[in-house]
Amino acid sequence: MKNRKAEEFIGFIILRICIGFVLLALLIILFDIVKKGLGVISWEFLTAMPRNGMTEGGIFPAIVGTFFVTVITAILSIPLGMGCAIYLNEYARKGKITRLIRMSIRNLSGVPSIVYGLFGVVLFVQLMRLDTSILSAGLTLGLMTLPWTITASEEALKNVPQSYRDGALAVGATKWQAIRTNVLPYAIPGMLTGTILGLSRAAGETAPILFTGAAFYIPFLPKSLSDQFMALPYHLYIMATQHHAIEKVRPIAYGTALVLIVLIFCMNFFAILARYKLRKVKVE
Amino acid sequence: MIDNKIETVEHNQNGSMNYIKDNNFKISVEKFSFYYESAQALKNIDLKIKKNTVVGIIGPSGCGKSTFLRCFNRMNDTIPGIRYEGEIHIDGNNIFDRNLDVVDLRRNVGMVFQKSNPFPKSIFENVAYGLKINGIRDKSYIATKVEKSLHNAALWEEVKDRLHQSAFSLSGGQQQRLCIARALAVEPEVLLLDEPASALDPIATAKVEELIQELKKKYTIIIVTHNMQQAARISDYTAFFMLGELIEYDITNKIFTKPSEKITEDYITGRFG
Repeated sequence: MKNRKAEEFIGFIILRICIGFVLLALLIILFDIVKKGLGVISWEFLTAMPRNGMTEGGIFPAIVGTFFVTVITAILSIPLGMGCAIYLNEYARKGKITRLIRMSIRNLSGVPSIVYGLFGVVLFVQLMRLDTSILSAGLTLGLMTLPWTITASEEALKNVPQSYRDGALAVGATKWQAIRTNVLPYAIPGMLTGTILGLSRAAGETAPILFTGAAFYIPFLPKSLSDQFMALPYHLYIMATQHHAIEKVRPIAYGTALVLIVLIFCMNFFAILARYKLRKVKVE
Repeated sequence: MIDNKIETVEHNQNGSMNYIKDNNFKISVEKFSFYYESAQALKNIDLKIKKNTVVGIIGPSGCGKSTFLRCFNRMNDTIPGIRYEGEIHIDGNNIFDRNLDVVDLRRNVGMVFQKSNPFPKSIFENVAYGLKINGIRDKSYIATKVEKSLHNAALWEEVKDRLHQSAFSLSGGQQQRLCIARALAVEPEVLLLDEPASALDPIATAKVEELIQELKKKYTIIIVTHNMQQAARISDYTAFFMLGELIEYDITNKIFTKPSEKITEDYITGRFG
């Protein structure tokens, strides 16, 4: 009897240590970045062009670049991902081929992002002649997020009870009617949440945009989707490792990191908020 | 053999059921077999159902009664790897005919599921759902139809002041009657009930049973039930299934008093099951 209790006590201690360790790591990272980055954050830092070989001024073009690339990513990834998920979960026959397709998609989400970057160069930059541009980078990131979007959307569809589909079919709905009116409304919150989480990861990626459109330094804003651009993660990479006066620009690197993290936290927060809001609608 | 038995039924208590002579069946099942992958779930079923009667389907768990019920509106089509043999005629048309539109079939053959499955919409929208997806846009027609269906499902009085509340705010018994109303709204001729009262308390069950008696005036009803007393109470004819075979099909009274098959008697008297 005593042994069992001791075992439980020790078990819980170990689990608490695990959680504590993870939280500690997160807090240290956040604390470090906030402490060193907060000092440089100002209205000018957020809205001005870099100056003097990027040792002064702001990061405005990087924020704008990241924003537009993420929009392109979303435009490719959301409709295509949701469409694939609906097909796979609702229409595809359950068999070997479907399983194979699904397995391939899961595996794609494990492909390193630099490989997507290389693929983006070949497909979008060279073959489709889109050049190094916002479009190429956004499409590359879109491809990269597709597996996440599809998987998250499929999970959301699986969570809709089969009885909603059966109930609709039983009163004479066609399959598409049943899906449109009685499945999608309840799956979309989950789909959106998964998709936004995928987008927030894409927004922070460096490798795929490295070859496909991100530029070291452009002293003006992109004028069209076929221009090169600056992006927050790539700017951070340069400030941290490639700049000729690394010590001098270190605060700017931390400021960039802080902006990037805040941006991504905001997207994640929005994803969670959307799920919460829409779920409430569903229950009412 | 089963076929013969039905043809030669001699009866009966009130003499009003001319079962033998009446060829005008609403539904006739002919040499019907059903397979999941390679497993045969239903074996060569023959059965005929008259208009405006209630047919109870009883049998031990896994005997194929729910599968059988789901054949009448081809709900089994959603399951991969299934196969049919034989025919089921409703009003003389084979429902497995290539030219038959399964969407039309399902509108004509309503179904209420074992676990009540209201949609996460308002009470009104639940009942109106079938009308709307069938292309009806006329708001006043829909409103009249919803009211009528709720009346017919004996639910109107309880919900008339809260039509726009969530269907989930209803009790279990009310939810099941709401599902019946939803099925009735599209004016089916046949109603399939899959253990509609299995999750309900005795009072709610009594209401649903009463309702079925009322509904048979307009509809032909096939009901699967686990509860033999229920079959005895509400059905005109009873079919006893075991291991995918139709063991016996006869007037309910006869099944429960003088079954022809020993195994039916054993089941009904509770010797197994």
